[in-house]
Amino acid sequence: MPSATTALDRALANEQEVLTEWVQLQLTSHSLRSDLMKESELREQSREFLSLFKPALATGMSFSTASNEWASVRDFLASISRSRAVQGFTPSETATFVLSLKQPIFNRLRKQFESAPSELADALWVTTTILDKLALYTSELYLKSREEVITRQQQELLELSTPVVELWSGILALPLIGTLDSARTQVVMESLLQAIVRTSAAIAIIDITGVPTVDTLVAQHLLKTVAAARLMGADCIISGIRPQIAQTIVHLGVDLSAVSTKATLADAFTMALRKTGSTLTPTVKPA
Amino acid sequence: MEKIPILRMGRFLLVTIQVDMHDRLALQLQDDLTDRIVKDRAHGVLIDISSLEVVDSFIGRMISNIAAMASVLDARTVVVGMQPAVAITLVELGLSLEGVRTALNVDKGMELLREEVAAAGRV
Repeated sequence: MPSATTALDRALANEQEVLTEWVQLQLTSHSLRSDLMKESELREQSREFLSLFKPALATGMSFSTASNEWASVRDFLASISRSRAVQGFTPSETATFVLSLKQPIFNRLRKQFESAPSELADALWVTTTILDKLALYTSELYLKSREEVITRQQQELLELSTPVVELWSGILALPLIGTLDSARTQVVMESLLQAIVRTSAAIAIIDITGVPTVDTLVAQHLLKTVAAARLMGADCIISGIRPQIAQTIVHLGVDLSAVSTKATLADAFTMALRKTGSTLTPTVKPA
Repeated sequence: MEKIPILRMGRFLLVTIQVDMHDRLALQLQDDLTDRIVKDRAHGVLIDISSLEVVDSFIGRMISNIAAMASVLDARTVVVGMQPAVAITLVELGLSLEGVRTALNVDKGMELLREEVAAAGRV
């Protein structure tokens, strides 16, 4: 439909006028969050989009917005979606940026084809297709940027939640806080084993005071970590087992007899000291 | 054909695996090591796998088998220097090498071996 594209091009001929109408529309349609974005910024974004949109349209590749001819438009929309995702816009507010351009264009097309309804329909169809594709593209990118944010936060949480501390020369402690799932256990296991190599520790204390629930899966993860540490030549002690958790473990039939377990971290530390051949004695204050 | 060298240190045999273990090499090591334990009347075997980056279930089982064979020949086995990635792999494969003693490095491994042999009453 080259005629439709030409018509669309003609509809956008007076760029300044279209821009004014479009920005006005966005301002009244509540898609602009004045709390998040200034009007001048929106005007600038709209102007830039139009200036990229027109040449892309002129290449005649109106149906393949994924092609190279549309690369600059796509890049621009990508940057807008990304910044709006970070600024806190909703997905519909982000997509409305492109979709709201329909009305100014439709108004102009209607004037052009007042006496030719079938051509008007053609031109409208082309416009809708292109703008919908671009709007969907912004939504996709919006989601992608949000997912990136979530992934990054998850990663940070993982790293934050698995500190390995050296309690004494040759004794490591791993205080676990929060629910243990497979991904976290993997990180826990890796960081513990790496710390064992780094500090050549003979004993590692895994403290589960901060683990809210222990089910068979968590117990299995713990046993795996203990087994891996043993393979590297370090003994593990599991400490911080709360009364309810002790009951749960027995009810579930989990066999922890192969691992040393202690009720508190203090008990585990005393045991570790004994195993490494160190003792702590209270200093007697002179009277 | 490449071979894994077996060094003798007093009453102990020292095996350092510094190449990628493949199945034939592992079988060869099993043959050589059992021969040497008998010939040298060794009391202990120390296997250093600190350069081993990749293991599969076969190699895991070979390590476990070698330890069991040495034990039949009345020699203690200590595996030292396992890499974290290797340890994780073995655990995920369900091979926790029960019955094999482990230590962090050669130093600690030797110490453990001496203790074990002394406890067994062989000096």
